Amino acid sequence: MQKVDDAQAQIEFDRRVADEQKIEPTDWMPDDYRKNLIRQMSQHAHSEVIGMQPEGNWITRAPSLRRKAILLAKVQDEGGHGLYLYSATETLGITRSEMIEALQTRKAKYASIFNYPTLNWADIGAVGWLVDGAAIVNQIALQRTSYGPYSRAMIRICKEESFHQRQGYELIYAMAKGSPEQKEMAQDALNRFWWPSLMMFGPHDSDSAHSAKSMQWKIKRETNDVLRQRFIDQTVPQIEVLGLEMPDPEIKWNEEKGQYDSGEINWQEFYEVINGNGPCNHQRIKHHLKAHKDGEWVREAVRAYAEKQQAKKAANVA
Amino acid sequence: MNQEQKNLYRFLVGLADDSVVLSHRLSEWCSNGPYLEEDIALSNIALDYLGRARMFYQYAAQIEGKDRSEDDIAYSRNEREYTNLLIHELPINDFAFTMLRQFFVDVFYCQYLEQLCQSSDSTVAAIAAKSVKESRYHLKRSEPWIRQLSEGTDESRSRVLDAKTELESFVGELFLMPEWEKSLLESDIAVDRELIKPDWDQYVREFLTGSKIEFAGSELKISGGRNGVHTEFLGHMLSEMQFLQRAYPGLKW
Repeated sequence: MQKVDDAQAQIEFDRRVADEQKIEPTDWMPDDYRKNLIRQMSQHAHSEVIGMQPEGNWITRAPSLRRKAILLAKVQDEGGHGLYLYSATETLGITRSEMIEALQTRKAKYASIFNYPTLNWADIGAVGWLVDGAAIVNQIALQRTSYGPYSRAMIRICKEESFHQRQGYELIYAMAKGSPEQKEMAQDALNRFWWPSLMMFGPHDSDSAHSAKSMQWKIKRETNDVLRQRFIDQTVPQIEVLGLEMPDPEIKWNEEKGQYDSGEINWQEFYEVINGNGPCNHQRIKHHLKAHKDGEWVREAVRAYAEKQQAKKAANVA
Repeated sequence: MNQEQKNLYRFLVGLADDSVVLSHRLSEWCSNGPYLEEDIALSNIALDYLGRARMFYQYAAQIEGKDRSEDDIAYSRNEREYTNLLIHELPINDFAFTMLRQFFVDVFYCQYLEQLCQSSDSTVAAIAAKSVKESRYHLKRSEPWIRQLSEGTDESRSRVLDAKTELESFVGELFLMPEWEKSLLESDIAVDRELIKPDWDQYVREFLTGSKIEFAGSELKISGGRNGVHTEFLGHMLSEMQFLQRAYPGLKW
């Protein structure tokens, strides 16, 4: 009986996805669709939260009060995105604490880019300009994702991210046009963040484990390689405006294709970092664990207080 | 600057220093809080204090009339030239300490800024009017936190009590009136901190009594901030905060 129902529900689900209708939390959905979404959305939420660390690394050292205010507001936005995405993921029947446990036990991943360190102030510009820039290319496509709560989260988050991207570019522009030392920092930041930003789009389509299924379900709307090329094409002219050297000597305009050619990504590095061997993988998880552990007594106190209040109420009623 | 302008300048820089230093401390919670919600909330409050600092510095720079910027004032003075009250610079310690300090200063700023809205200096009054709204909101957050931590577990209560012991030594300075601030009373630019003290004591005592916590009061114990005599903590904060401006002087960022 169950099977017949499921088969019918599957037909209805497929029809709705094909018709570009959104799937909502109370709708029937295939188990694998749900699992795939939980994986992708929680990974996205974790990325927002872990990303607060490399950016937070410079809050106390921002070189002007204006820059400090912008950075503080930005990092706070990222925390808000994390919160929003955790809530959206909870609609799929998983709790935030389960997701956080998966992060802390390294079962869930987050964007590998945050396993690279922010070493000079221009890195904060590069994170906004390149990392958020790459994220936006991804997320604009995701605004049309088939799962309603995720799609709505993306629409909202994209608005703030595009503001972040502009502030990052404005920061690095000021440095690229500043003193020789500042220009050197800007170049250094671009060189270090360029390749990891390209890696953010994931492996080539032919090597991507989840791509085909996600495309079929319209969770993903465009392929890794298409999105990566779009990012390169929009970013190269921005590098020219900055007057910085190209971080990849093979970048060249291809008249025939109407897009930029570029060098091959070091995929060995990509997999090394994903598998835990980036410069900051250990630091990021340890930091998260420490904050979590340090806060345990606070959460314990909140629970105890709520229970006491509950008991008092019950006693009053009796 | 004439004498009154000099007094006003020192007054404004003191208020700005209070805010920038507390903002720095609060921002240290970013990605370190007990809940993601607290990372966001404490960053938000840090941002409020930073905004306050900028308004006071900008006005101070204008009064000084030497074409200096907010950053020139904030980033080029050493610890002996910083004039914040000491309570703002103490390290964040644990969440109980941070929230109890917030509760103490939130009550203070709600009362103090409300008075300062009446300042005869319209810029000071406008900054106070904007800031008091923020502080009222901050207090709405710090009160339930102190209640929960005081009555939650034995551990959370003992952490609140430890924080209270330390902070009691520093709250008295909030009500200290240096000479230059006193002189601004005649023209109704500043307000008398000493007059706020009984209300502050009463408010704090009543609130803490609600959780059966005794409060000795805000008798002056440790002071020195307004004269640039700080705890050892401030120098480290400033060397971190000012590092880029000191390493590459005169650049625009």
